[in-house]
Amino acid sequence: MRLMELTRPRVGLFVTCLVDLFRPSVGFATVKLLEEAGCIVEVPENQTCCGQPAFNSGDRKDTADIARAVIRTFSAFDYVVAPSGSCAGMIKAHYPELFAAGSADRAAADALAEKTYELVSFLVRVMKQEKVAARFQGTVTYHDSCSGLRELGVKAEPRKLLRTVEGLEIVELEDAEVCCGFGGTFCVKYPDISNVMVAKKTKKIAATKADLLLAGDMGCLMNMAGKLKREGSALKVRHVAEILAGDTTTPPIAEAE
Amino acid sequence: MEQQSATFPANVKKAIADSQLQWAMTETGPRFIEKRAKARANLPEFDTLRDQARDIKDHVLAHLDLYLERYEEKVASSGGQVHWAETAEEARAAILGICKRLDARLATKGKSMISEEIGLNHALEEAGVTPVETDLGEYLIQLRGEPPSHIIAPAVHLTRDQIEADFRKAHTHLDPNRDLTEIPTLVEEARQVLRQKYLDADVGITGANFLIAETGTSIIVTNEGNGDLTQTLPKAHIVIASIEKIVPTLEDATTILRVLARSATGQDFSNYTTFSTGPRRPEDPDGPLEYHVVILDNGRSNVLGTEFQDMLRCIRCGACLNHCPVYQAVGGHAYGWVYPGPIGSVVTPALIGIEKAKHLPNASTFCGRCEEVCPMRIPLPRLLRHWREKEFEKHLTPGAVRSGLSVWAYFAKRPKLYQFGTGIAARLLKLMGGRKGRLSSLPLAQGWTKYRDMPVPEGKTFQALWKERRHG
Repeated sequence: MRLMELTRPRVGLFVTCLVDLFRPSVGFATVKLLEEAGCIVEVPENQTCCGQPAFNSGDRKDTADIARAVIRTFSAFDYVVAPSGSCAGMIKAHYPELFAAGSADRAAADALAEKTYELVSFLVRVMKQEKVAARFQGTVTYHDSCSGLRELGVKAEPRKLLRTVEGLEIVELEDAEVCCGFGGTFCVKYPDISNVMVAKKTKKIAATKADLLLAGDMGCLMNMAGKLKREGSALKVRHVAEILAGDTTTPPIAEAE
Repeated sequence: MEQQSATFPANVKKAIADSQLQWAMTETGPRFIEKRAKARANLPEFDTLRDQARDIKDHVLAHLDLYLERYEEKVASSGGQVHWAETAEEARAAILGICKRLDARLATKGKSMISEEIGLNHALEEAGVTPVETDLGEYLIQLRGEPPSHIIAPAVHLTRDQIEADFRKAHTHLDPNRDLTEIPTLVEEARQVLRQKYLDADVGITGANFLIAETGTSIIVTNEGNGDLTQTLPKAHIVIASIEKIVPTLEDATTILRVLARSATGQDFSNYTTFSTGPRRPEDPDGPLEYHVVILDNGRSNVLGTEFQDMLRCIRCGACLNHCPVYQAVGGHAYGWVYPGPIGSVVTPALIGIEKAKHLPNASTFCGRCEEVCPMRIPLPRLLRHWREKEFEKHLTPGAVRSGLSVWAYFAKRPKLYQFGTGIAARLLKLMGGRKGRLSSLPLAQGWTKYRDMPVPEGKTFQALWKERRHG
């Protein structure tokens, strides 16, 4: 027993600011999945945000400050896992860019980048998970969020695990790899363009006739759910972790029951 | 050309309200994407070629002076002349000088983005030289007095009905009752009108896809063959190209050609790839008597050696436009100058200044599809972000965004305060939208709620719930 404890990886959960504020149930689903996969999960209190709002606004200094804090907070873990391709991509692909090659900050950023993963790809690639013990009766479709797809190569993993959910049927979304128009601050800076993009997306989503839309990033999910609800669609929207963890007690995104 | 990049948000509103434009974009956009995907799938070494193409241009950019000098020597030894132009004005002056000396009245033109960049048509008209665009798309927009809306498909924003109306207005010497309902008929009519112009032209002006240092050759690729007639029939052929079009050898050019058409139109090769080296030689049956190359800098050398240098690898294939969801939503004119789409949002600030073009690098979700398809592996999102950094450094970022960002950053660096704030926000938003789970209007977030509902939080933050679970 003691030996088993030692071999179980210690995972630091990077909750992400949107899950923390808007949808804690995704955080708990993530913890459940990680624990079921054999990880010891800890949630450092000292976390806020990965720094993308500053990074994508050209504010390098604040981004570097925030990155240093994240690196400090998470460097002791075996792995860092986030239920988001966007935030994991920030740490993995962009933190090292913030610091000069050869600096101590850079070495620390590289080390953290090395062990940071998006949740579903972590379960499949690192924990070698083949299936989940969940049930869901219905048809789902999946949107590939841009950062997870292009910065981290997450594409097959969510589909692989979703296929093992009992009762679940996947129908592929046309243009699943096209951006939904969220883009962080983009959607409020250029609302008119963002709206054209998300309207194209919801049209494709409706065409799948699925009962439920899934994705791995809260930003995209809130954008698409908000648009679907504004259009009066009955289609439900959830984070992929909720379905994989078999936890649908919380109402779907943008719904109260 | 008039710069309207500063009014990007207004341009966008106009573009989105333009139903003909929106229809044209949804018709053509997906076709470019499918064709490129097929071409790529049919060439297993495609990605290796992209690496080679990138390396060729990186090498050239590191030794640009050397290759430009070698190119000039070779052009001179084949009987042509190179004209160096540091600015758009110098380029126009060089071309007008040649036209004046030859007493030119009519200039046929092959497709050239540099011509658009330096506003050549307007300058020619003022000097009494009539420019006639011979690329079909360029001809269409010339009739309308519009700038191109796409790098390789300048009239992609037009519908067939608009083109028919323009032809009836412009070609008044033809039977007004003729049938123009089919696209081939329209193409045939343009061909007939242009045929005589080739014969009458005094000078022919083309762009260049490549300038080859080892031979002094310029290369153009076209699908209509119009470039060949433009450059061989008149007395003088004037090539206009920017400094980064240079490649060391013919072999280098062919390597890049293998990714160019595939990325642009999905063709293995364009219908015509035309090599021009100097004027007509005594034994040649045809060709121009004079061969001039105007090489334009116009701010590009300022980019060398900076974090923006990678943009100079661009071969203007347009793949990033075709795959950009923002470009596909608003079309090319909204960008307000010559170069639209992701590459335009990177190049335009370098050429006209970030002050005038600051919206362009911001109008991106960083979805990364442009970089994914770029044959020259230009890291477009990174370059866009670098422009945002320049904008931030120069305090060009709007005041409200800047102060909002600094308040947010203050909290993001103080976890205890941050969690206190998010705890309040979670409760407040839940109260505001609790019964429906969403809000249809939210002060300070109108940009969001104008078009979509705002999902509301569950009521407590994850951090608070986690603490409860741990400590009971």
